[in-house]
Amino acid sequence: MSVAVREPGAVIESEPIRSRRGIVWETIRRRPSAAIGSAILLVIVLGALLAPWLAPYDLHKQVGPVFGHPSWSHPLGLDDGGIDMVTLLMWGARVSLVVGFAATFVSMVIGGTIGVAAGYFGGKTDTTLMRITDYFLVIPDVPLMIVVAAIWGPSLFHIIIVIGILLWTSTARVIRAQVKSVRERVYVKRARSLGASHTRIVFRHVLPQVAPLLIANTVLTIAVAIFDETALAFLGLGDPSRISLGKMIENAFQRAAISTGAWWAIVPPGLLVAVIILSCSLVGGALEDALNPRLRVAHLSARSFRLRPLVGRGREAV
Amino acid sequence: MSLLEIQDLHVWFDLEHGGELHAVQGVSLSVDPGERLGLVGESGCGKTTTALAAMGLLPPNASAAGRIMLDGEDILAGGEETIRPHRWVDLAIVFQGAMNALNPVRTVGSQIVEAIELHGRAKGPAARTQTGELLESVGIPAKRAERFPHELSGGMRQRAAIAMALSCNPKVLIADEPTTALDVMVQAQILELLDALCRDFGLALILVTHDLPVVAQLCDLGAVMYAGEIVERATVDALYHSPGHPYTRLLFAATPDLGSNGEVVSIPGAPPRLDLELRGCPFQPRCDRAFGPCTTIHPGLKTIGAGHAAACHLNDLPAIAAP
Amino acid sequence: MSSNGDKPLLEVDGLVVRYPVTRGLVGAMTRQPKRSVHAVEGVTLTLQGGELLALVGESGCGKTTTAQAVLRLVDSESGSIRFEGRDITRLGTRELRPLRRQMQLVYQDPYESLDPRLRVRATVEEPLLIHGLGGSKTERAERVRQALIKAELSPPELFLDRYPHELSGGQRQRVAIAAGLVLDPRLLVADEPVSMLDVSVRAGVLGLLDGLRREGLGVLMITHDLSTAARFADRIAVMYLGRIVEEGPAREIVDNPQHPYTRALLSVVPRRDPRDRLRPQILRGETPDAVHIPPGCRFHPRCPIAIEDCKRIDPKLEPPAAGRTPTHRAACIRV
Repeated sequence: MSVAVREPGAVIESEPIRSRRGIVWETIRRRPSAAIGSAILLVIVLGALLAPWLAPYDLHKQVGPVFGHPSWSHPLGLDDGGIDMVTLLMWGARVSLVVGFAATFVSMVIGGTIGVAAGYFGGKTDTTLMRITDYFLVIPDVPLMIVVAAIWGPSLFHIIIVIGILLWTSTARVIRAQVKSVRERVYVKRARSLGASHTRIVFRHVLPQVAPLLIANTVLTIAVAIFDETALAFLGLGDPSRISLGKMIENAFQRAAISTGAWWAIVPPGLLVAVIILSCSLVGGALEDALNPRLRVAHLSARSFRLRPLVGRGREAV
Repeated sequence: MSLLEIQDLHVWFDLEHGGELHAVQGVSLSVDPGERLGLVGESGCGKTTTALAAMGLLPPNASAAGRIMLDGEDILAGGEETIRPHRWVDLAIVFQGAMNALNPVRTVGSQIVEAIELHGRAKGPAARTQTGELLESVGIPAKRAERFPHELSGGMRQRAAIAMALSCNPKVLIADEPTTALDVMVQAQILELLDALCRDFGLALILVTHDLPVVAQLCDLGAVMYAGEIVERATVDALYHSPGHPYTRLLFAATPDLGSNGEVVSIPGAPPRLDLELRGCPFQPRCDRAFGPCTTIHPGLKTIGAGHAAACHLNDLPAIAAP
Repeated sequence: MSSNGDKPLLEVDGLVVRYPVTRGLVGAMTRQPKRSVHAVEGVTLTLQGGELLALVGESGCGKTTTAQAVLRLVDSESGSIRFEGRDITRLGTRELRPLRRQMQLVYQDPYESLDPRLRVRATVEEPLLIHGLGGSKTERAERVRQALIKAELSPPELFLDRYPHELSGGQRQRVAIAAGLVLDPRLLVADEPVSMLDVSVRAGVLGLLDGLRREGLGVLMITHDLSTAARFADRIAVMYLGRIVEEGPAREIVDNPQHPYTRALLSVVPRRDPRDRLRPQILRGETPDAVHIPPGCRFHPRCPIAIEDCKRIDPKLEPPAAGRTPTHRAACIRV
């Protein structure tokens, strides 16, 4: 059956950036939302990373009264233990981010592997793996975390594992869909017909196509992971020996920060969590947009084409 | 005065990283009732853009200039406002790949009924009767109106797409690659259908395609496009037997033909980029007869015979510039 | 790469390929009979080295499936495929691997058949890496260069570092061909190699295939375009609903078609000369789907010269009465 001659446009060179390397970098450079998000994240991560050296005060030393008011020496006041809030924020962010990244890593590894396997092999493998994914999707997060915390004990490690186990499902689905479509691309079939091994095809042809989406998905998952950790800590299920942002909020809440009017003990950590999540969403969302052409809706615009005055090139004989 | 006259049409597309693509550069053509004009060219030459411009269906990143005279009235003058009343009612288009663009969750008949009702031509039972008649006129048994697109074969879907385009009785039908995705036997059926529609209903047809033999068989007139311009316009007979432009000649020579066993050539090189200003003749780098003025002076479309125009400096030479 | 004397490069005998049609849950529950798509129903053909055979037909005739079966990309139900005399019909993946080097496939879509993330150099080198050929990096680089030159992408240095999106359709198709040639195959299967290219570049790519054929490569070209087949093929085999209904030397088939289907097809192919007025024999309806094959001669419902016997007798491929060469065969009881 004959197929329409493709019209790639008169200019062969102007293909979308999808085919060029470094789409992640390109997106960050070009889209304001991604740029802003990345910048904010960078600042926060650096601040958290360098907490041991940058934090103005000692984490465990009381430097003033409980819920001390913000002052010049303590811009964000003191918490329920009289510890400097700014110091706490930096250390708390550290823990939250560690949990967020680690849990995301776990989920990415599990979800990516399952997604690739299901999408690439199809058939029974696909059905089985997706069935497993469905089971995990159905499990309610918080009750599971409560149970695990009760049985295993609430340590940072356990929290990371729990969050990771709950988050891989969406990654698996997204990756599976993408792998399925890449697998049908002609150049993959060509590699198969040449006799390339599955390993080669997956690593050489499939993963590079899937990587940008995986990165986008990862960034978005980090947002969720951090939120989950915050929620867990807030519910008292977090690691009691570590201060995370969620724990800070929980502490303040427990010690009646609100009724005392000590907003500086609750609002900053909450705000910081929100900002982290927002930044991740900005970057992840921008990446997803850039990668998925179907999300482009320019053709649905209500605007019409524009008219220009006739350029006088001279009449031709009609 | 012709039924449809496109005069000096220009279309530009805004490019993502700044700059513009000058996709259509001063195209003029016309059709009369019952006439079939073949707009021929390869990918990127601007023929589909021209067709879309005639219907006012350009995307928001496009800008256009020129005149589109329908029965003497310039419908492009007011942009969307002036074109909309004529769309589908006077001018209709069968898009490229239309057969695959039918709504898969609605029956074929209901889609045509919707088109009829939307344009206020008829309502309810009257619309359904008209739909039945319309389907019969394109060779689809009326009872197939109850079918969904996926239940019809490729040829049937293309007929349905043509029926939809004709639902409001337009005077001009633009068909963009109507048979390219079809088998040769089904193509013959569709071409036969288009032929009958022009003959029996006085429909004017603009056939946009890259397939020269299809134009040679179905159309009376042909316009060859290259790099956004019309480089030759004549009867199809003249285009084949006495081409006035090397591209026309070479394009025919590059098309294998059952009738002859001669050499089939290919044209080296590629069309020029349309986002840059061009000097001279756009075909010059690939032309086998290029000479002096071709690199510097842009050849305009000039009349070289009765109803025959070509844009080539060779035609200005006093001696016989035999193709 | 000279042709191997008289031994055919490829011999296909009685090939049958069927796909089951999934019944779905409702179908299984209501015990609908299992049906299959009869994609290829007994195809017999031979191809010599240095020959270009065009497999021609409309959609659903089984030409693509035949090509895939020949390359062992799909499994056949019955029949045999012999490559250079060796029966490869039931060989397992491991035994097939060395043979895959000898048979290469060129796809229809030049815009999709190259990995957009790999440079030309990497794409053409990959087959060597997969099969562990070419020793050192320098040796492989040289073979890549040679393959590009053979595919008429000269000088190769100009193309080695390019990405697919920087090349035109015709160039991409040549890269795909080069990637096929780098393994020094004996058989090249080209599935609609030019149908997605602009007309002005088609002859170049087809000429390339023609040149390769003259150097001893056997080429099996799948196409729906009879004009192309007539001009570039040595032999043409016309397929309809899974069978070859006519085959013979290209020129003979075009000038003296015998099977009514071939005649009808040739009569509706548009000519480029407007004065060449056709007397088209337009068949009504469309090719029936390959699940419900008509009894007797599969073409009889649409055949303009069908008689009663055609509903019962399934004709064999035999030289027709009015044939001019012994290799011209048609499957029709009326010729």
